[in-house]
Amino acid sequence: MEDINAIAMLQDPVRRRLYEYVAGQGREVGRNEAAEAAGVARTLAAHHLDKLTEAGLLESGSRRLTGRSGPGAGRPAKVYTRAAAERSVSLPARDYRTAAELLAEAAEEAGLDAGLCAAARRRGEALRGSAAPCGGLEDAMAVLAARGYEPHMEGGAEGVIGEAGAEGAIEEAGAAAVAGQAGEVAPVVRMRNCPFHAVAERFPPLVCGMNLALLEGLLGTDGPVRARMDARPGECCVVVESSKTNDD
Amino acid sequence: MTASTPPAAHLAQLNVATLRHPLDDPRIAPFVELLDPVNAAADDAPGFVWRLVEDGAADATGLRPAGEDVIVNLTVWETQEALWDFAYRSGHLEVMRRRREWFERHVEAHLVLWWVPAGHLPTVDEALERLADLRAHGPSPRAFTFASAYSAAEAAQNLQAIPPAQDDQVVPPARHEQPATSTRATPAGDAAAV
Repeated sequence: MEDINAIAMLQDPVRRRLYEYVAGQGREVGRNEAAEAAGVARTLAAHHLDKLTEAGLLESGSRRLTGRSGPGAGRPAKVYTRAAAERSVSLPARDYRTAAELLAEAAEEAGLDAGLCAAARRRGEALRGSAAPCGGLEDAMAVLAARGYEPHMEGGAEGVIGEAGAEGAIEEAGAAAVAGQAGEVAPVVRMRNCPFHAVAERFPPLVCGMNLALLEGLLGTDGPVRARMDARPGECCVVVESSKTNDD
Repeated sequence: MTASTPPAAHLAQLNVATLRHPLDDPRIAPFVELLDPVNAAADDAPGFVWRLVEDGAADATGLRPAGEDVIVNLTVWETQEALWDFAYRSGHLEVMRRRREWFERHVEAHLVLWWVPAGHLPTVDEALERLADLRAHGPSPRAFTFASAYSAAEAAQNLQAIPPAQDDQVVPPARHEQPATSTRATPAGDAAAV
């Protein structure tokens, strides 16, 4: 019942705003910033952030936010990130995860990748219903957010080059990268959360392929946006980009 | 890639893949096109140490030590996490996703991991022996998979517990800086196919 207690912590609206803000940033968040985002005083925010940490929903650390070090740099500030542990409650008790793992194991052993991807694509199309293919990256963000992917826009005016791994990510994109010109980064939607995390970690090619097919069905493959595999540590393996940026 | 205090052990990886069509077949062309960019990504990947390359070639696909239509991939990594991140969290995942288009499904194990002393570059024969060991005896500290991983320390203990079979076997030092194996769930299936 540890999970239900942790989840019950979020019934408090201030705690919930703080949790959602920290979770949504995908980086360490200080007390001042969280307080401002939740619209409460710093001391109240600190109290609730620590409660959330005690409950295991957040993790805390300390960091000098100013970037200074040595004498005079001041006391390190407390920072918070979302805890990696998954929490779920099902009443009555259900165990879909074991079922998913067993089905994935059998599909992996039998080499059923193509059949699984076909089913995932059909499911994505069914979820989209009669709607036209997704109209743009903003629409895609909304669709992905509704399914728990935690999308965020990357690139464009802001640019991502300089972040560790950005260069590697371009090389890793393989053939697709050839079309892109260095120095100009088209905006892409990346996703912080993999809804299939536990099974994807155990059977990456199978489950990540399924995820891509699901998103292709959901967003459409002949519309203004397209989903493409571009795996990176700690994120969903798929990016969504404008179809015009990388015609191949 | 060289740290100031290099770990005492490195992780070697062999995988074999049976081609569904010859490498010059148009049906395999998308795989062949990915070879250079993905291998370049491997060479630049954090924790990458070495990969087998045929003399005068850019990769090892021309070597066929395990059969006429079986390509081999032999690599060395600083840690298991580094290999994992390259295999499944880089452009290599796209190759893995499409594996069924290009490779036969293996009934037997086709990927094997084992620890080597840092600086040791495994030979193809050594690698194939490890794969045979895994196939014959299941996972052990001598030969294992992502789903049944052993730490370098466990492998070293195992080596010391039994007398070395060959005189030229290099026994790693007893002390290891190697971090404990990740508690993350690991795949039971394939890995680096390129």
